Formats: sequence, structure tokens, C-alpha cells
Amino acid sequence: MIERLKQINPVFLVLALLFVAIAILSPYFLQPTGYMNFLKRAAPIAILAVGQLYVINSGGFDLSAGALVTLTVIGSSILLDGDASATWWVVLVMLGVGVIVGTANALVVSWLKVPSIIATLGMMITLSGVALTWSGGAPRGYLPENFRFFGRYLIKDVPLIKILPVAVIVMVIVCAGMWWLMHRTNYGKRLIAMGDNPKAALLAGVPLTETRIIAFVVSSVSAVIAGILLGGFAGVSTDVGVGLELQAITAAVIGGAQLLGGRGTVGATIAGALVLQAMFTLLNILGFPKPIRDVVQGLILISAVVIAGYRRRRSGG
Amino acid sequence: MKPARSRNLMAFAPFLLLMAAIAVYVIVAVLTGQTQFLTVENLLGLLGRSIALGITAVGQTFAILIASIDLSVANLISVSAVLASSIMSGDPSMMLPAIAAVLAVGVVVGLINGLIITQFEVNPLIATLGMALVLQGLLSATFNNFAGEVPEEFQVFAYGQVGGISISLIFLIALTVAAWVFLRFTRAGSNIYSVGGNPDAAKLAGMRTTRVVIMAHVICSVCATIAGLYLASRLRSGAPWIGRDGVYDLESIAVVVIGGTALSGGRGGVWGTLMGVMIFSLIDSIFNIAGVDAFAKQILRGIIIVAAVAVYAVRSRRIEA
Repeated sequence: MIERLKQINPVFLVLALLFVAIAILSPYFLQPTGYMNFLKRAAPIAILAVGQLYVINSGGFDLSAGALVTLTVIGSSILLDGDASATWWVVLVMLGVGVIVGTANALVVSWLKVPSIIATLGMMITLSGVALTWSGGAPRGYLPENFRFFGRYLIKDVPLIKILPVAVIVMVIVCAGMWWLMHRTNYGKRLIAMGDNPKAALLAGVPLTETRIIAFVVSSVSAVIAGILLGGFAGVSTDVGVGLELQAITAAVIGGAQLLGGRGTVGATIAGALVLQAMFTLLNILGFPKPIRDVVQGLILISAVVIAGYRRRRSGG
Repeated sequence: MKPARSRNLMAFAPFLLLMAAIAVYVIVAVLTGQTQFLTVENLLGLLGRSIALGITAVGQTFAILIASIDLSVANLISVSAVLASSIMSGDPSMMLPAIAAVLAVGVVVGLINGLIITQFEVNPLIATLGMALVLQGLLSATFNNFAGEVPEEFQVFAYGQVGGISISLIFLIALTVAAWVFLRFTRAGSNIYSVGGNPDAAKLAGMRTTRVVIMAHVICSVCATIAGLYLASRLRSGAPWIGRDGVYDLESIAVVVIGGTALSGGRGGVWGTLMGVMIFSLIDSIFNIAGVDAFAKQILRGIIIVAAVAVYAVRSRRIEA
């Protein structure tokens, strides 16, 4: 019994403790509006983190995700400029941009053999350049109501939970899809094999380039989806995506993902994203100034890796 | 024969890239009829605009040579600049205490980075990223604007000239020479290459690899604090965003890699890094005299970083990400 308890990822325990602390400090979060709004806020970072997990499990990093979020918000608002009838094709265009960006990242890594940290860093600089050139440096245009629906709309009068934000539905569907691909398909096994030991994976017949392309495309598309949600509830600004790639990596690492390949699970990564968001909420309730968030994020990032390493050595894995 | 030839080419690659950048610079200047840019002073002036990046990148070279990396340099630069200008607050007699305090912070941050990486076996990216967040958070929670000011005597570091050459440029070149001598002629320097090239072999050969890693991180952090002192001197005051605005973390890594130091450690050196800095400032000036839009410049910059790294990487047979 105790042995089995020890095998549970500590991230779930930390998450439970944080929820208890938040609930005691602010009973608002026990009400449906409280916890549903919490989940709504956590949705973009959870989606981004799971997307990032694909690249981390492949053995790389995707630093371009935050810039792609910004580009999605800026680009959509310029293309739409309040025209509700254009929403559907703009969403499709943005998802297409995600596929192109992810493919480009993967090909630079695979063909030009550039380390992913540099390749996606270059992509990050390029994408924010594109966003700034396109917008002229200041947010322009306007997002129509049906575009903001995904991030902002609340379905009311739902039995039991009263309200259900659309962003939470999007999060559940997208994360379920990414969970299935990672943990229930041959692709997921190939991805993890490649992150663990690319040479062995190659010898075992894993098509490295294809596997990598899919991983980066999943990450980029998840960034576009996160951008659509953030554009919905946060509105248009040129710095909406700044630092999100680091939050996504932090969330994956809190969930126990091993950098440079091969170990993270989708469930633990979502829990990691919720831990991060819960931590921010807790600091907010306690009235700390916003920069303290960074301090806490830094400390839990390092401790998560220390604890994961300790657990791994103890289990001999 | 083949490996030897390719190794020679690799050693010259930063130089060739630099020559290519200079050639493009000359061509663009001639084509746009702006030959007034084609003087030696102008080329030196280019490097003079990248002093902070240069100092940071020399330090980053040490971290990368031991197959580590330091993402906390930009935030440490901000901490250093703010700390220096608020301790000095315009009083020349506080210059030495301020410099001493700032350098001590550099040593401590480097020690902590090195200890987290070696004692807890934390991936250096994560350790220094965590450190970056902690530093920036503490700084932004305490200061939200320009803090203090540096006395005029201290501005000599950034604005002073000796024999027509700026003191800061002389300092950067002296720092590079010192780093080169250290790496090339001292035992500690050759230990850095051994540990970066193959940590297991270095350990088996009896080297205290932990100490080498910690030393490299201390050097890297101290260089970042010196860059912070330089920026405080140039801006006449320190603000909590100057490091982040300069993107010194990512740019210093980029110039080190463009300068031919391998991200996998053990190969490269500080002269390549200085050439990398030169290449970066040349690219900037080429855009300026060609009149490229500021934002479009950023797009091209991203592509050039990746392309330059690809020049080195495409020849390796690496299959990892």
C-alpha cells in the first residue's frame, strides 16, 4: 500500500495541498464560479504545456511557443478587424500557420542539425518580428464576439456546476486528444523512444524526422489554440505571449517531465500547469506583488527538477 | 585526411563568417553610396556599440565550454546595474564599495548556479532559468524604475577615451586577452576543455570536475555583473529591465555559438566569441545603412542566427534534438 502511494507522482499531492490552501484562504474558490474561472485561466497554459511536452519528450525545446501565441492574437485581430463572418477562416489560417511553424522548426532541427533551443529561439525572434512588422508595433484591429467566444463565453445554468466556460471545454477536448496521441498510439511510443535514445530509436526503425515534425506541429498548434483562448479573454496586446514558453516548460517539469527526453506524461503535465496557476492564485490572495510570482516560479522549477532527480535515483530508473 | 581538413575549416569558420559579413557591409555601403561608413574608426565603433554583449558573451563562452549554459545573465546584468547605481547614488566615494558589492553578487550567483548544477544534478538550462526568474522577481519587486545614479567619475568606463579609443573597448579586448591566456596557458583553463569535452574521462583522470564547473559559472556570472556595471555607467543609472531589454541571455549564447564554440562543450574559444559579437554588430549596421525597417530587421536576425548555427551544425552527424 505504502509502496503504491510512493509511486504516485508528487505533483498531484502538491496540487491537492494548494487547492486546500486556496479554499481555506478564499472560500470563493469553492463555488462553481470560483473554480471554473480558475480552470478557465489555467486552460491556455495547460494546453501550451502539453504541447511543449511533446517536444520535451522528443528530446528538444520549443521556445517559439510564446511568440506564436502573440502572433496568433495580433494576426487574428488584424485579419478580422471586427468582421464576425471571417472568424472561421481566420481560425483555420492561424492553425495552418501553426502547422507551418512547427514543420519549419522540426526541419531546421532535423535537416540543418541545429539544436532545437537555437532553432526555436531563432523562430521566436522571427515570429515576434513578424507580429511587430504586421501590426506596426501597436495592437490594431478588433476581435469580433464569435472569435472571443472560445476564451470568454460561459455556458450558464449547467446542472451541478452552474457555469461552464467554453475555454474549459476546449482544454478538455484538446488535452484528451493529445493524451490519446501520446499514451495510446504507436506514435507516442516512438516519440518517447526517440527522446530517450535517438540512436537506438533510429536503429529500431523510428522515422526520426517524421516523429519530430509531428511533435513540433503539436506544440505549435497548441500555441495557436492557446492564443485563440487568450485573445478571447485577455484581448489584444503585443506582449500577451511573452514568457509563456517558459511557463509551459516549467509546468511540464513540475509534472516530472525529464528534459532532453523521454519521461513526461500528459496527466502530470496538466497537473503541473494547474500547480503553477494555483501558485499564482495563492500569491495573489496573499497579496504579494506580481514580480514575486517569478521568484516562486523559479524556485519551484528548480525544486521540481531536484525532486524528480532524487526520485529517479532512488528508484534506480 | 578528411577529418583533419574539416576540423581546420571549422576553426576558420567564424573568421570566414566575419569576412563575409564585412564584405556584405562594404557592398551595401558602396551600393547605397554611403562610403563614409567605410573607415577603420567606424568598424571599431561597431564593436564599441556591443561592449555589454561582448563582456557577457566572453563569460558565456566559459559556461558553454564546459557544456553548460547560463540563462540568468540578462537578469543578473539588471541586478548589477541597479545595485551599482543605487549604492553609488551619485557619490564618487561609493564607487569602490559598489563595484565590490556587485562583483560579490556575481560570485555568489555563479556559485549557486554551479552548486545547483553539480550537487543536485539539475539540468543547467533549468537551474539558470530558475535563477533568472528568482533574480528578476526580487529585483522587480523592489525597484520599478531607474534607481540611483552613477557619479560622473564612473561614467568614464563607458564614455572615456584613451588615445582616441574608448576605454570600454580597450577593456573588452583586455578581458578577451585575459580569458584567452587563462584558457590557453593555465591548468584551470585546460581543465575546462577536458571537462567540457568529456566529463567522465576528466573525472577518471582525477580532475575535480565539480570545481571546474562551478568555476566556469562563477566566471560567467562575474562577467555578467561587469556588463551590468558598464551599462550603469553608459545609461548613468540602472533600471530593472535593461538586461532583459538587451536580450543578453539569448544573444550572448547566439554569438558564442556563431563564434564556433560548440554547445556540446569542449571546443571553441573567446576570440571566436569576439568575432561573433563583431558579426552581430555588422549585421545590425548593414540593416541600418540599407534602411531596413526595425521590425523586419528582427525577422532577418532570427533567420541569420539559425543559418549561422546551421553552418556549424549541418556537418556534424548529431541526431539528437
